[in-house]
Amino acid sequence: MTIKGKAYIAGIYEHPTRHAPDKSTAQLHAEVAKGAIEDAGLSKDDVDGYFCAGDAPGGAWPMVDYLGLNTKKLRHVDSTETGGCSYIIHLGHAAEAIAAGKCSIALITLAGKPRTGVMPPRAAGAEADFETAYGATTHNAYGMCAMRHMHDYGTTSEQLAWIKVAASHHAQYNPHAMLKDVVTVEDVLNSPMISDPLHRMDCCVVSDGGGALIVTTPEIARSLKKPLVKLIGHGEAMKGPRGGKDLDLTYSAGIWSGPRAFEEAGITPKDIKYASIYDSFTITVLMQLEDLGFCKKGEGGKFVADGNLISGVGKLPFNTDGGGLCSNHPVNRGGMTKIIEAVRQLRGEAHPKVQVRNCDLAIAHGTGGLLGVRHAASTAILERV
Amino acid sequence: MSETKKYPAPVTNPETAAFWDAAKQGKFMIKRCTACGEAHYFPRSICPFCYSDKTVWEEASGEGTIYTWSLMRKSPTGPYAIGYVTLKEGPSVQTNFVDCDLTTLKIGQRVKVVFKPTDGAPLPFFTVA
Repeated sequence: MTIKGKAYIAGIYEHPTRHAPDKSTAQLHAEVAKGAIEDAGLSKDDVDGYFCAGDAPGGAWPMVDYLGLNTKKLRHVDSTETGGCSYIIHLGHAAEAIAAGKCSIALITLAGKPRTGVMPPRAAGAEADFETAYGATTHNAYGMCAMRHMHDYGTTSEQLAWIKVAASHHAQYNPHAMLKDVVTVEDVLNSPMISDPLHRMDCCVVSDGGGALIVTTPEIARSLKKPLVKLIGHGEAMKGPRGGKDLDLTYSAGIWSGPRAFEEAGITPKDIKYASIYDSFTITVLMQLEDLGFCKKGEGGKFVADGNLISGVGKLPFNTDGGGLCSNHPVNRGGMTKIIEAVRQLRGEAHPKVQVRNCDLAIAHGTGGLLGVRHAASTAILERV
Repeated sequence: MSETKKYPAPVTNPETAAFWDAAKQGKFMIKRCTACGEAHYFPRSICPFCYSDKTVWEEASGEGTIYTWSLMRKSPTGPYAIGYVTLKEGPSVQTNFVDCDLTTLKIGQRVKVVFKPTDGAPLPFFTVA
């Protein structure tokens, strides 16, 4: 049983806002749902599957009601919560449901207001008494990974900075990007240290906003007007300190989700023309590129240096919308926008300055949770038909 | 900072109460499985490695080395250094480093446990040995 070719992404929408003091979180969900449904050329009453994560106010049933979905037709729901990669996992789960005949038109939404609203606290796990007091945040949890990666492999701050530099080269062409200025390695190194060894410019933006997808059957996708983009491989995985045994923070759960997705797709990293890689921090990208097999473990620093991730310059164009580092990181969750830019590339709808030529195979990969503590990872491989 | 910082009291539960009772005596406890011999942290009743329920409390030396660290410089409560310490007994534990120069921490550096008070049981931290 495989989901290869069983589901197509027929609708995408990224909310143009990055700052929404005058909107509610539910409203943003509705706006992105409307956008993706219209992009697909469908109506809300066609939707028979709904997927959302922890950012959806109250979860699936309040959202289904608020969004006015057709409850006579809706027959599949999934509220898997794995932080920023939830939506990449949802994409795979939607394909599974479609392949099993459990739904035919799935809507996936993400929206929220970390800049101008209150973010609900994460529920405590069994580790709470033994960890909460130590103040693990995204910054220092990823900082711990970067510190050990530098120790074990000689990775440098200059190499990490190249990731931000590449993102900024792409963001200059995105009118919606929060940070449009092209930056240099020196700019990154001279920005204030936030949590050693990560500087401010090693960190992504904080933005209000959201995004949504429509996933459907091959037959329905062919009946619509958009270029055809199909899911050919998918993987998901989780990793934690596992009782403290053999702790190794230099790799992520992507080391498992990636090969699963590539195996299902029947391709290798060498075949990928464009990569959307979750960039909560520069170190996130470097570790994911290694874990996914774009280079050997420990060689990510060399791989990302000298503009290798810049479209039209390097070998692996990444995050051509400017990514989370420069454009958008709605609700502190980067998975949705990773899928959306990969679909734009495959459709040929990316900005002409960053559009990859003959882009027929793309990867969208994300992590969720804290890379240095407990996290999930998910990988999707997409093909233009 | 670590002297004045207020830490939350552990909530505790039946599975972990013995850890916090020992902490009140200044003892740093880990769990060891008598079936597979592996030690783990934080403590569980069921061994996370072999799923045996034959886990027992063991007082750890409180000594270890820094696996990694990061000094959080932007915090409303002041800078603090988070990290993992690999205990002599094997498991690595998440912690904060306290009562030492946080800007000169190094991976591999030897550290030892030190307890800090809360409104409930004291919490384990590590300082340079």
